[in-house]
Amino acid sequence: MHVPGTSINRNKRKLWQFHGGLHLPDHKSMSMQRPPVDALLDDLLVIPLQQHIGEPPEILVKEGDKVLKGQILARANAYVSAPIHASSSGTVVAIDEQPVPHPSGLSATCITIETDGQDKWDDCLPEPISDYKSCSADELLERIHWAGIVGLGGATFPSRVKLNPGPNKPIDTLVVNAAECEPYITCDDALIRNHAQEILHGIHIVMHILSVKLCLIGIEDNKPDAIAAIQKALSEHDTGDIELVVVPTIYPSGGEKQLIQILTGKEIPGNGLPADIGIVCHNVATLFAVNNAVSKGYPLISRMVTVTGEGINKPQNMIVPNGTLISSLIERAGGYHNNVNELIMGGPMMGYALSSDKLPVSKATNCILVTQKDNAPANTPAACIRCGKCAEVCPALLLPQQLYWYARARDLDKVQDFNLFDCIECGCCAHVCPSHIPLVQYYRFAKTEIWAREEDKRKSDIARQRHEFREARLARIKAEKQAKLRKKKEVLEKKKAADVDPKKAAIEAAMKRAAEKKQKLQEEGKIPANTENLTTAQQRQIDDANKRRENSES
Amino acid sequence: MKFATSTSPHTFQTDSVQKVMLEVLLALVPGIIAMTWYFGWGILVNIAVSVSVAVASEVFVIKLRKRPALPVISDLSAVVTGVLLALALPPLLPWWITAIGAAFAITMVKQLYGGIGYNPFNPAMAAYALLLVSWPKHMTSWLPPSMLNSTPLDFGQVLNVIFTGAMPAGLSWDTISSATPLDEMFTRLDMNQMIEEIRQSPLWGDFGGKGWEWVNNWYLLGGLYLLFRKVISWHIPISIIASLLVLSGLAYMIDPAVHPFPAFHIFTGGVMLGAFFIATDPVSACTTKKGQLIFGASIGALIFIIRSWGGYPDAVAFAVLLMNMAAPTIDYYTKPRVFGEVKDTSDD
Repeated sequence: MHVPGTSINRNKRKLWQFHGGLHLPDHKSMSMQRPPVDALLDDLLVIPLQQHIGEPPEILVKEGDKVLKGQILARANAYVSAPIHASSSGTVVAIDEQPVPHPSGLSATCITIETDGQDKWDDCLPEPISDYKSCSADELLERIHWAGIVGLGGATFPSRVKLNPGPNKPIDTLVVNAAECEPYITCDDALIRNHAQEILHGIHIVMHILSVKLCLIGIEDNKPDAIAAIQKALSEHDTGDIELVVVPTIYPSGGEKQLIQILTGKEIPGNGLPADIGIVCHNVATLFAVNNAVSKGYPLISRMVTVTGEGINKPQNMIVPNGTLISSLIERAGGYHNNVNELIMGGPMMGYALSSDKLPVSKATNCILVTQKDNAPANTPAACIRCGKCAEVCPALLLPQQLYWYARARDLDKVQDFNLFDCIECGCCAHVCPSHIPLVQYYRFAKTEIWAREEDKRKSDIARQRHEFREARLARIKAEKQAKLRKKKEVLEKKKAADVDPKKAAIEAAMKRAAEKKQKLQEEGKIPANTENLTTAQQRQIDDANKRRENSES
Repeated sequence: MKFATSTSPHTFQTDSVQKVMLEVLLALVPGIIAMTWYFGWGILVNIAVSVSVAVASEVFVIKLRKRPALPVISDLSAVVTGVLLALALPPLLPWWITAIGAAFAITMVKQLYGGIGYNPFNPAMAAYALLLVSWPKHMTSWLPPSMLNSTPLDFGQVLNVIFTGAMPAGLSWDTISSATPLDEMFTRLDMNQMIEEIRQSPLWGDFGGKGWEWVNNWYLLGGLYLLFRKVISWHIPISIIASLLVLSGLAYMIDPAVHPFPAFHIFTGGVMLGAFFIATDPVSACTTKKGQLIFGASIGALIFIIRSWGGYPDAVAFAVLLMNMAAPTIDYYTKPRVFGEVKDTSDD
């Protein structure tokens, strides 16, 4: 199954198709009518501590500290972690729990900076590296780590880790994800149009780090201007090892697994990573950040964000300092249109709805989408009629209707039998469902239940082990005690047998002597009786006693 | 400012169960017109009785379950069940038999299992099977197609027969009714007659029975419309027809004297209606593509086996019901290979 390559496909690279997917109205022109602008600097920047997957960084500042733009606020101590930097100069006014953009709606630790409006850079930034080729991979990785670069496509996994797959996983291809398949979102498109040269330089740096000889840039064919920009940049600086591959517009071609399949025909194994098949995949915005960090010495403190949707007056892209509140982006984009329905972070297919706009933009924020009530479908879920439309569009080749059936029945074993964990939550199934069942929600629920159950099982296993260990310990102590006691007793008895009391011995010896004497006297015929030298009174008593004895005997 | 919150995805196609059912009803229209053309007003009367009893039964059960009836009724699935059942019934069937069938289909086969989406059996076919075993004589008394019918009844007479059982003056059941071509074929084959002899009967058209072959053609047209509109996928209908063609073709090659020409099987009886409209009922059919092929091919094989050696002349209902039972198991063993699944060699 392949479709013929497009004209820009230099080596006539064969394109593959992934299963399913959707042709969605892209609504991208909405935010591309205006050129990207710089967001206005807020008085307060609320910078979430955790903006990546991994360990939280260690806070280095305290309330009242003056900070400069680019200064490290929190340091990454763990390997899978990323530091955060001040996105403008000012004073740290609070380090506390603040609401952050997260599906849970929970709060998290944030560092709040009151900006001084001077936007003064830190003097201690590292030197720009003009000749990255003279640097070792480790030096460049260290720089990328310092800059706090994480996957800006939305996953926010620390880039240093992804760029260092280890010696056991040889990498031969860098895949650059410029597909941007979700409707409405244009931040990557805008970035490419304005910064193709820098992105290309970032690609070269990453290729040097990975020492790969091939890079494939995958971009959907609904972005002709961005394609032209990359082509122009490539023609100015052609090294022959980078291929621009235009792929058909079909959601979710920008999914890592899907894009890799389209470009190479290879499937990432179920529990594996792209590195398992010799591929590393990065988003264009990440590569732009890499170039900024290496060639300019800048940390990652701002990003391109699309502010769009029917509920926004002037949809457009903005370069937004980390920590800016969403409400001020909305204001910059002309404010809300009437009939606002949902405020979504991300795209309409995978983004999550926020309950408030007083939330900061983080490294993961690629799009703020405001929908209108008119466009909101009024749907109440009906019963599944097993029509199978969901299975037809599922890019993971799952059977969503079966997953739904078992998730609903809370049959967590069956739902895993049907490969729940291969679901990428792209939303295609729920989008086409004629019964309007929120399928993805059921899958998230089942995943969470399974995680909770595994956690419970782990805990109960530990508890059981502890209990068993305690029982064993008590039994051992008891046995030891008994053995000790028995030993003591034995020793005592032995001692009793061996030990002789001198008093007793003297008595025994005396008794023995008396017995011997008695026997000797008996042998001599003498009756041993102390009847000599008696007084008359004594003699009379004896006589009386003898007389009584005789009487009683007769 | 407060915002609505829902989980992703935030956009939906405007498809609905109601739209799917409307498409199915639309696709049935040519077949219904053809049936009415050949077999008279009774077809429409049956549809009216069956649909109203089906909808009323659904309302009744939904009220018993203390749920709002309107959203359930408006998905039109009860209407589809009513129409499909009616199309399987003889044109002059007494109304109360039709009513029992429709009520059974909705209350016992559909709602007792939990309503739409939960019924393991196709409601229309289960009801048809009930009626066939309960009133075999009524259920096999068909009318001859219009070109062979010397005494066509007008609308009033049809109503009279269906609702009161009173025949028009001078006519009796025996004079107006006729066996279906399938019945004719297999009854006479059982009497050790040769196909050549049987084909002398005026019942026969070019492929199958006169009238019937055209009814099947119009159902086929409706089925192709459903395929074109992507309401159904090709897997089930094509595998039913292919398997029936292959088996009857093999039998015909072995002994053409006692096995009818394959096209006879396809264009007689309820094959097209069954293949495109009944076996494709997604609730009771297989959902995996591979499973659907097995499901369809098995239905085709069962139709051929029951027609050739079974006691009932047509076999679509029994074939579909038997395979409904097997569908969950077939689904379980035909799970598609998941993206990135490492092929387990011990499986093969």
